[in-house]
Amino acid sequence: MLRIFCLTFSILLASFSVQADEFSGLVNQLPSKSLRNITPLLEKIAAHPDERTKTVLTEILNGDLYYKKNNKQVVSIRKHPDGDYQLTDVLTGDSLGVASKSSMKKIRTSNRIRSTIRGLIAQLDLTHKDAQVRLAAVKQILDDPDKQSIALLKTLASQEQDTDVAELMETAIGVNQLKRGNTDEQLAAAKQLRESLEPAVRNAMVNQLSLLDEIEKTELTAAEKKLKAELTSAIDKIKQKRSIYEFIENMFFGLSLGSVLLLAAIGLAITFGVMGVINMAHGEMIMLGAYTTYVIQLMFPQWIDYSLFIAIPAAFLVSGFVGVLIERGVIRFLKGRPLETLLATFGISLILQQLVRTIFSPLNRTVAAPEWMSGSWQINPIFSITFNRLYIIIFALTVFFALLAFMKRSSLGLHVRAVAQNREMARALSVRSDRVDAITFGLGSGIAGIAGVVLSQLTNVGPNLGQSYIIDSFLVVVFGGVGNLWGTLVAAMSLGSINKFLEPLTGSVLANIIVLVGLVLFIQKRPKGLFPQKGRSAD
Amino acid sequence: MADLLKKLGSLPVVVGCLFITTLYVSVCNLAFPEGSALHVSTYTVTLFGKYLCYALLALAVDLVWGYCGILSLGHGAFFALGGYAMGMYLMRQIGDRGVYGNPELPDFMVFLNWDALPWYWAGSDSFIWMMIMVVAAPGLLAYIFGSMAFRSRVSGVYLSIMTQAVTYAFMLAFFRNEMGFGGNNGLTDFKDILGFSLQSNTTRIALFAATATFLAIGFAICHFIVNSKMGRVVTAIRDSENRVRFIGYKPENYKVWIFVVSAMLAGIAGALYVPQVGIINPGEFSPLNSIEMVVWVAIGGRGSLYGAIIGAIVVSYAKTRFTAIMPEAWLYALGGLFVLVTLLLPKGIAGFFPTIAARFNQKKLAEVKS
Repeated sequence: MLRIFCLTFSILLASFSVQADEFSGLVNQLPSKSLRNITPLLEKIAAHPDERTKTVLTEILNGDLYYKKNNKQVVSIRKHPDGDYQLTDVLTGDSLGVASKSSMKKIRTSNRIRSTIRGLIAQLDLTHKDAQVRLAAVKQILDDPDKQSIALLKTLASQEQDTDVAELMETAIGVNQLKRGNTDEQLAAAKQLRESLEPAVRNAMVNQLSLLDEIEKTELTAAEKKLKAELTSAIDKIKQKRSIYEFIENMFFGLSLGSVLLLAAIGLAITFGVMGVINMAHGEMIMLGAYTTYVIQLMFPQWIDYSLFIAIPAAFLVSGFVGVLIERGVIRFLKGRPLETLLATFGISLILQQLVRTIFSPLNRTVAAPEWMSGSWQINPIFSITFNRLYIIIFALTVFFALLAFMKRSSLGLHVRAVAQNREMARALSVRSDRVDAITFGLGSGIAGIAGVVLSQLTNVGPNLGQSYIIDSFLVVVFGGVGNLWGTLVAAMSLGSINKFLEPLTGSVLANIIVLVGLVLFIQKRPKGLFPQKGRSAD
Repeated sequence: MADLLKKLGSLPVVVGCLFITTLYVSVCNLAFPEGSALHVSTYTVTLFGKYLCYALLALAVDLVWGYCGILSLGHGAFFALGGYAMGMYLMRQIGDRGVYGNPELPDFMVFLNWDALPWYWAGSDSFIWMMIMVVAAPGLLAYIFGSMAFRSRVSGVYLSIMTQAVTYAFMLAFFRNEMGFGGNNGLTDFKDILGFSLQSNTTRIALFAATATFLAIGFAICHFIVNSKMGRVVTAIRDSENRVRFIGYKPENYKVWIFVVSAMLAGIAGALYVPQVGIINPGEFSPLNSIEMVVWVAIGGRGSLYGAIIGAIVVSYAKTRFTAIMPEAWLYALGGLFVLVTLLLPKGIAGFFPTIAARFNQKKLAEVKS
């Protein structure tokens, strides 16, 4: 009875698979093949143009491809946390629920079959229509070259259209030659590879050199001596090139850290540098900007990619408005009493922090990064530029120059500078100094808000976000010279770079400490900063 | 009435108040059994001991800020250094009673696989040497920082920001395990001091009495300095540094000197604080702590020594109450206090009564005249 049932079932299944497409037919043959005659079927599957070939082959390779005992349906399995297995239809990708292992049978492989499959997968990737996939496949071979794939590479290299891929293929062949060839071949390979920055090339060269050193204890042939000299010079050349790129990379990291410092400090350069108001709540203006970004993303979850463009003006307005409130409500009563201003604004910063804690909870919030900010630009194997850092540098410089233009070219900027230089005289010339004060303070705070938008892309948004930047920001402004926007730019960029160059040597915390102590010492030597304002005064 | 207020801050009154408090607390804690209406619990004793440490610290801040115009936002560093010196001594007193039972090394060093004490821990088992360090370490830091900063005439807000940077740098440094001060966890699990258990009531009372004594001595020292000829110069520097310089004094020397004295007082406060609280960790270096100290003085009244003491005790007491009843509201209250005191009470609590008294007197004078 059971047998009849099975028979009818398999007939049913067979008729079903005829209706299904050709590829499914091939895959469904897998359970019926024995170890000995599975290879031709696998090759057929690999040769099929269907996109699912790679998934099927990888699943077999990993030993995750099974078929159900009852209906011979081919499934891939994943271990479920409960101990059972989660089944997925390899052909459709549909989930088929959970089952125990005893109801399924594995599609068996042997070592030989697995190596065949590896070759097939490599070939699939190496002939993929997307150049990126081909490049990744070659890279994999480069890290661990085996005879079979190198043979494959040799045939494919001549037909390769993309120059990057072709070059990498040559490198991989060269590395293999260096590892396995005779001395003459090795010498040729070493000569060919001396320009390459691939880590695998360097490793292969160093390995080869140490092998030669072992032999040296006995004796080296002339050719081997030559090879040794060539390898040593090639390694030196590569090391030199790498150190150049390491320098550029540190520089880039330094500039991007400097841009963050610049954004955080530039608002302060206005309120503290130009107006002379010590605003300890400056960090909280940054924090408000970051939370504005968060709120905007909550409001428009479907436009994450564009929400930053709304967040920037919104953060400017929110922080700027709070800034104007602080100036009108507290700071204007404390004119000429810097230490009291410091205390009062510190009180405001505590209140703002607590306010945010009450509204948004003390936990950190994550702001999603838009698609176009992620990713990186791979310039060569050891050096890449991440887009978010690049955009931040560009954005910081844009903000800086916009602010500079505002201060130097607009009439409001002229008024701001006039009030900063001589309040009484400016008032006598009909500048409304009270209004100018409020606007200037709002401007500085608003720019801090914009800094918050940027910071929300780099770290989590939390109530203490601003606090960690306030000391750094003040030091940047003081280091650059109070009242000098260019000084702030130079100070931020140089502090960022110094920090990043120290980091690999000392670790980040110690680098931070060294920079802080260095700054304190520098200010002892030059209390007015890098670019002091000219003029004389005595009280 | 004005005369009465003047007497309020005088030396005998403050010392007398401290003496009476100590007597009251110790008698009520030791003589009356628990549950009696007059009993003062050991918890309260420790709490008030803590407040008195803060008061001594506030005195130190007031000395430089109120009398010399140096707004230090880094006095937490001096306080914590003093505390660490005391903590090191207490750590060595644990001996082999630690978790790892190593008689030489504190637990955290065993944990880090160190096999010997670092050089700066030398002599940390001698009480006298460490008590010298309690004043020497903060004093030295203050001397180095002060002599550099004041010689190059860094003053005002710049100086405040730099002191803040220094304490911030110290905090980052002490968080590192490699520094050899217990890293994140700091120094804790103390067992006894000079052979007396830290848990016993008598030791706690003794520590309280010691704190009160040191506060009285600190007050006397400050009182003496402020009223001496040197103190007058210091006050003059606060009011106009350049004029003092033109007259022929060297303001930087006076500033360094008063800064060092203040740092030493802060160090002593830290050393008294640690055995009572039972822990010292890098959090004490945080800039926020240092700013809180300034608030005590601002609220109590800067430029008045007893005001600083009152400010520290009142604000700390308010903090204890607030954080117990509504922890959320404490930062609102503290922030609000900052703003309101600077706007409405520039001379703090101590300045509030004399102003009223002066007004009262003026009214009287006007009445008499008419």
